[in-house]
Amino acid sequence: MIPTIPQSRAFRLAYGGYVALFFLYLALPLTVVAVFAFNDSQFPSLPWEGFTWNWFFGNERPQIGVFHERGILRAVGTSVLVAGCVAVLSVCVGTTNAFLFNRYEFRGKGLLYVLMLLPLVIPGIVLGISILLFSSTLANGIWDMAEIDVQAFRPGLLLVVLGQFSFITTIATLVISARLQKFDRTLEEAALNLGATRLTAVRTITLPFLAPAMIGAVVVAFLMSFENFNTTLMLVGSDAPLTIAMFDRLKEGSTPLLNAVSLLLMLGSSLLALVVILFQRRS
Amino acid sequence: MRAETRIGFILLLTPLVLWLGLLIVIPHIDMALISLRERISFGVYEPSLAQYEKALTEPLYLRTFGRTAVMSVLATAITLLVAFPVAYYIAKMAKGRLQQVLFLLCLIPFYVSELVRTFGWMILLRETGLISSLMQWVGLADQPVEMLYNDAAMMVGLVYTSMLFMVVPLVTTLESLDDSVIEAGYDLGGNGWSVLREIIIPHAMPGVVSGCIVVFMLSLGNYLTPTMLGGKDSLWFTEMIYNQFIVRSNWELGAAFGFMLLVLSSAIVWGMLRLTGRTLQETMG
Repeated sequence: MIPTIPQSRAFRLAYGGYVALFFLYLALPLTVVAVFAFNDSQFPSLPWEGFTWNWFFGNERPQIGVFHERGILRAVGTSVLVAGCVAVLSVCVGTTNAFLFNRYEFRGKGLLYVLMLLPLVIPGIVLGISILLFSSTLANGIWDMAEIDVQAFRPGLLLVVLGQFSFITTIATLVISARLQKFDRTLEEAALNLGATRLTAVRTITLPFLAPAMIGAVVVAFLMSFENFNTTLMLVGSDAPLTIAMFDRLKEGSTPLLNAVSLLLMLGSSLLALVVILFQRRS
Repeated sequence: MRAETRIGFILLLTPLVLWLGLLIVIPHIDMALISLRERISFGVYEPSLAQYEKALTEPLYLRTFGRTAVMSVLATAITLLVAFPVAYYIAKMAKGRLQQVLFLLCLIPFYVSELVRTFGWMILLRETGLISSLMQWVGLADQPVEMLYNDAAMMVGLVYTSMLFMVVPLVTTLESLDDSVIEAGYDLGGNGWSVLREIIIPHAMPGVVSGCIVVFMLSLGNYLTPTMLGGKDSLWFTEMIYNQFIVRSNWELGAAFGFMLLVLSSAIVWGMLRLTGRTLQETMG
């Protein structure tokens, strides 16, 4: 079953057909979401009532577009804030983790490495509730001791950031470690021989080498945080990030407004994804 | 260690220990402790196994737990069956530019939020949806057909959502299989079936295992797809956890449910690793 082995025409056709069907399956839901963003009707479904840009730019009821809908805009702002914090935090910790596992031999290294991987195999909801429970335990403990109500430990953006950070860091660590392993350490030794201190050598030689992986990790972390649903659902307070805000609206019934938001999300994330791919190809 | 490297070591170790300790290990211990207590009166708790007793004796809880596990295994199996031929096509049949384009096309949908993907399936499958209208137009149905809110719709959504995590590891392992090995199989008298069974599948096994583990985890822990696409009877275990926490505020029982989900997923991941003799590091790292 490789091109050099002859196969019957029928088999090749059937195989090709199956693969085509598969890609149709992949494309179908996204295409529908995109197309109905332009439907001039209150519902994202047939009949097709004509083409309109109102769900993007409209500013009159009943067709208020994305760019005039305060709730959605605020949710986007919240998501960007959370995703930015998560991306920066997780890449910082991911980088230190990568150096730790790459440069040092110590007792318990294997155990710590397995522990580091664990967040990937813990369901997102369980991560969310465990952090929710622990922070409440802390908040209640502080209240009992000092009668201070620490709002930060109650469901809200700080917990959302910490919850997402707790598993996205693993991914950042893996991405950065993979590149650090390819690094030729003699380059660093050369810098040391030429009189650089250890820190200068790392800063001027190793970190620039790691930069593509770190930027890639920032983008991946940003996207994962932006799209995260399960962990966020358990930790969210009154400021809802975009996925939660959209979920709440979807439960109440959908208008093409949600299609318009979705289409913009698709464009945004594919653009970011393409940037990463192009960037990695260049380096 | 010299003093300088020792300081460096401690500086690098601290963030890791803080992260794993404060956000992973201690919260899970706390969750276990909370699941092992019972509320006696306001603010008074007593250690007990009551939550687990409730979870294991109440038929609804137990049935949902079992159903979620079985359906997740089923979703994983279907995803593997659907993805394998496609991954093989991308890795071995398609060449050059076509190969790259197909691989990219597989990735793009998954940069989009799961919510958007689920929303797409809702537009397609619901009573006023596209497929229902199409069927009426063709003449297959004479009234709107509701295809949403049942197990089949949920399965379609679950398979769709985790497809990427099966295709990518499969393509990666299949690409590393040398064409000449397959040719040798044919030269030695094998046919398509025996080559597939004796050469291709054993070679792809690492990819199959890591794909299956990730897909299973994602299905088991999924909340959106069962909630939005599944029906009244397709209650998912994550929905029960959410209900206990947010709707009923019964955190003790919710913690017990969470712990059960964690144990189930760890047990199955561990079992699959044992069965294939691989370690978590090889599979994930």
